Amino acid sequence: MRVNFTVNGRPQEADDVWEGESLLYVLRERMGLPGSKNACEQGECGSCTVRLDGVPVCACLVAAGQAEGRDVVTVEGLADYAKQRAEHGGCGTGACGTPGGTSLQDAQQWQAKPLDSQTGEGGELSPIQQAFIDAGAVQCGFCTPGLLVAADEMLERNPSPSDADIREALSGNLCRCTGYEKIMDAVRLAAARQSETAPSQGA
Amino acid sequence: MADTRTTGIPAKVTQGAKSKGGIGESTLRPDGTLKVTGEFAYSSDMWHEDMLWGQILRSTVAHAEIVSIDTSEALATAGVHAVLTHEDLPAAKNYGMEYQDTPVLAYGKVRHHGEPVALVAADHPETARRAAAKIRIEYRELPLITDEASALAPDAILVHEDRGDHHAGHVTHPNIVHRQPIIRGNAAEAAKRADVIVTGEYTFGMQDQAFLGPESGLAVPAEDGGIDLYVATQWLHSDLKQIAPCLGLPEEKVRMTMAGVGGAFGGREDISMQILASVLALRTGKPVKMVYNRYESFFGHVHRHPAKLHYEHGATKDGKLTHMKCKIVLDGGAYMSSTPSVVGNAASLSVGPYVVDDVEIEAIGLYTNNPPCGAMRGFGAVQACFAYEAQMDKLAAKLGMDPVEFRQKNAMEQGTIMPTGQPVDSPAPVAELLRRVKARPMPPERQWESSEGADVRALPGGLSNTTHGEGVVRGVGYAVGIKNVGFSEGFDDYSTAKIRLEVINGEAVATVHTAAAEVGQGGVTIHAQIARTELGVQQVTIHPADTQVGSAGSTSAGRQTYMTGGAIKNSCSLVREKVLEIGRRKFGSYHPAWASAELLLEGGKVVTDGGEALASLVDVLEDEAVEIEEEWRHRPTQPFDLVTGQGNGHVQYAFAAHRAVVEVDTELGLVKVIELACAQDVGKAINPLSVIGQIQGGTTQGLGVAVMEEIIVDPKTAKVKNPSFTDYLIPTLLDTPTIPVDYLELADPNAPYGVRGIGEAPTLSSTPAVLAAIRNATGLELNKTPVRPEHLTGT
Ligand code: FES
Ligand code: FES
Repeated sequence: MRVNFTVNGRPQEADDVWEGESLLYVLRERMGLPGSKNACEQGECGSCTVRLDGVPVCACLVAAGQAEGRDVVTVEGLADYAKQRAEHGGCGTGACGTPGGTSLQDAQQWQAKPLDSQTGEGGELSPIQQAFIDAGAVQCGFCTPGLLVAADEMLERNPSPSDADIREALSGNLCRCTGYEKIMDAVRLAAARQSETAPSQGA
Repeated sequence: MADTRTTGIPAKVTQGAKSKGGIGESTLRPDGTLKVTGEFAYSSDMWHEDMLWGQILRSTVAHAEIVSIDTSEALATAGVHAVLTHEDLPAAKNYGMEYQDTPVLAYGKVRHHGEPVALVAADHPETARRAAAKIRIEYRELPLITDEASALAPDAILVHEDRGDHHAGHVTHPNIVHRQPIIRGNAAEAAKRADVIVTGEYTFGMQDQAFLGPESGLAVPAEDGGIDLYVATQWLHSDLKQIAPCLGLPEEKVRMTMAGVGGAFGGREDISMQILASVLALRTGKPVKMVYNRYESFFGHVHRHPAKLHYEHGATKDGKLTHMKCKIVLDGGAYMSSTPSVVGNAASLSVGPYVVDDVEIEAIGLYTNNPPCGAMRGFGAVQACFAYEAQMDKLAAKLGMDPVEFRQKNAMEQGTIMPTGQPVDSPAPVAELLRRVKARPMPPERQWESSEGADVRALPGGLSNTTHGEGVVRGVGYAVGIKNVGFSEGFDDYSTAKIRLEVINGEAVATVHTAAAEVGQGGVTIHAQIARTELGVQQVTIHPADTQVGSAGSTSAGRQTYMTGGAIKNSCSLVREKVLEIGRRKFGSYHPAWASAELLLEGGKVVTDGGEALASLVDVLEDEAVEIEEEWRHRPTQPFDLVTGQGNGHVQYAFAAHRAVVEVDTELGLVKVIELACAQDVGKAINPLSVIGQIQGGTTQGLGVAVMEEIIVDPKTAKVKNPSFTDYLIPTLLDTPTIPVDYLELADPNAPYGVRGIGEAPTLSSTPAVLAAIRNATGLELNKTPVRPEHLTGT
């Protein structure tokens, strides 16, 4: 079958997709976007977390066909996504704080800048990406893409999370290397930096 | 936050300025940006035009003769390019790190559940999987060896009939891989002085490394008949030595490049898909990619040896240990892997970081039909630490002493003689580490209480909302451990570093080329730091790790900072000598200081030890490049005597201590670890941020074993029952407490910069500290890992 959906703001098309293929497989193996990781294929590790119409999902559990006509954001597009959100003020256009994360409308309006989402080269990092580097939250990095997408979405909903909030929101993302402490630090750091730079009228 | 990598060199230096980003600073990972943008290419991300997907068919039974294999239906499947069995293997049929007893593809027999039997290459991974399922194998099942009793029974079937390894001659039964006794003093005599004697039987479950990046890689056939391999491994050259004979190729035709590694923890020290993907690639003439899924990964690498440990300790009334006797039985599973070395470690470290002059120790590793076991973080010392620390608490309780004071009274220090006769000849701050974790303020009680009632997230059971504080009891436990660093027992352990210094775009740039595996630990970060410190440059390029440079040895045994760090330091100083030689030739006549032996490279300049700049590296080098490749070794070690266990077997020792604070819902048997504080001597923190990250990660793997992690092997069938993240649980963010880290830097005078391997020690003491805390909360004996709710409720 053929599937069409938007990835990081750009329409994509994949042909000859076998009906059993997951969104994760299509992203990684057919669209040249291997940033989302496959560590279990069972919805247990969160390494494959992407946003589907704004909602974080395990891409390994989503059949590629289910993504038809929808909007996907992967780690490759995270920097641009965050930038556009910041430019809209606060967290886009009022999606912040709503339980489902970004509204469908926001997700569909969002566009990645050319080039950047594919290569990441020369592009700025999103605050959460920079915070992961600065706090030492990256070791092998295999959990990192999924954690970044999940953490960014949490901060969008909840800009000043308590430790318990962070633990709860990221409990579906396994990390085997860090013992999570530096991941906590990174999310706290991103939240703190975000609150420093947030426009005064911001959410 | 300061990112020191981008700082430029001052335009004019008259005083030599230290280069930024050298050793001791928390510089950031050079691969960090690639890893947060999703661009870092892991072994499972490799891709090649026209590539095929490889799939392994694994045995469904644990011990059987292979009667027949029928591949015809699989071969006839559309999209399938090859279906191979052992008959199609081009050359050597076995591989192995210490001894080649492991079949590339099973022939004659299968010896454990999940052993590779056949291979498929197809144009889509699902096609390959479906074709593999169509291969028909007829097995004739054999009796199972699953434990010490069945392995050593007089009529026991032998897991390996014709052993040719060098341990075969000295073991007491062919189902024993290796046996290491250690006898020192006279334990029976010393026991007479004991006022109290405690004994215990301890069981340590089988742990999985559970690295997140599955076994995977890409094999590309080359025009010269050789192969280019992109894989995730801990030791390229050890792989190479095993792969080449199985492909029938000379080593230089097997070119290995490290692909991104998604964690390792010992589980990538043995070969996984390397040979199999290469065989398929050579056979089909096409690039072959292979990626295990999580289920297969549980079969795709060795695990931590499960163990049964029997201990006896005695002590006098005033709290001095009199003697120790122990027997440690490690289940090595069906193939040797690194079992002999694990046995040597378990035996030589079985007494822990304590002074005991009279010991009787025996450790054995078994061949069984259980999954093969080998390297995992802590390597034989983990199992022993779990047992001897439980013994320390029992003794303290029996003597009515504080468990920390009792340990401190018996703690080893620099100068202590190990049971092997080896003196501990660098700092061993065991008592101090215990003091530090004990002195920490306790986390506040009843943290779940809030103005809006109980926050269940802070309670055992969490969001399952099983208690609001009723039946919840706090417990505190302590433990300390000792781990060797580096390869022991006479192994010729070395690393190689190729360093190049040249001027690029008007700036001196160093290139560091080693074969060291970056598995997440941050080796690449410190390699650049060392080069900056030694060569006084700012720009350092880390060349990808490959087999075009000499071996770096394994990224394991906590050895890489010591060994490859040492090799880089050494090669850099040889480069520096060359640079100074060039400088003397060009400028020696202009300044008398050039004749001095004390010249340094700092801030892009040649400087005197007084800090006066003599010339810039740019002027010294001009268009000349200096390049040195050199091996570097740690001081030699000795094998342990096979009868007495005596010998200076280890290079260095590492120590860590933990205090665990837990809260237990005693009605439901649910445990919440509140805090797991660690104190460790790291010798020298080359990169403090990475040091803390290693300690926290190691601590968490120890926590996992304490309360949740175990591969369950059915004793009736020797089959693995829980090969998934649904059934094999590793700690999540909700299971993991805060891990405060307090590190000491007491230099080891024998090691480069005084470093001490850090990755493993925290995995040792974390588990027994959590167990001790749960015992403290519940009053139960708890002699087994992991502790499950039913062990606490007695149901
Ligand atoms: S790969 Fe999707 S949750 Fe693990
Ligand atoms: S950094 Fe390796 S799994 Fe998280």
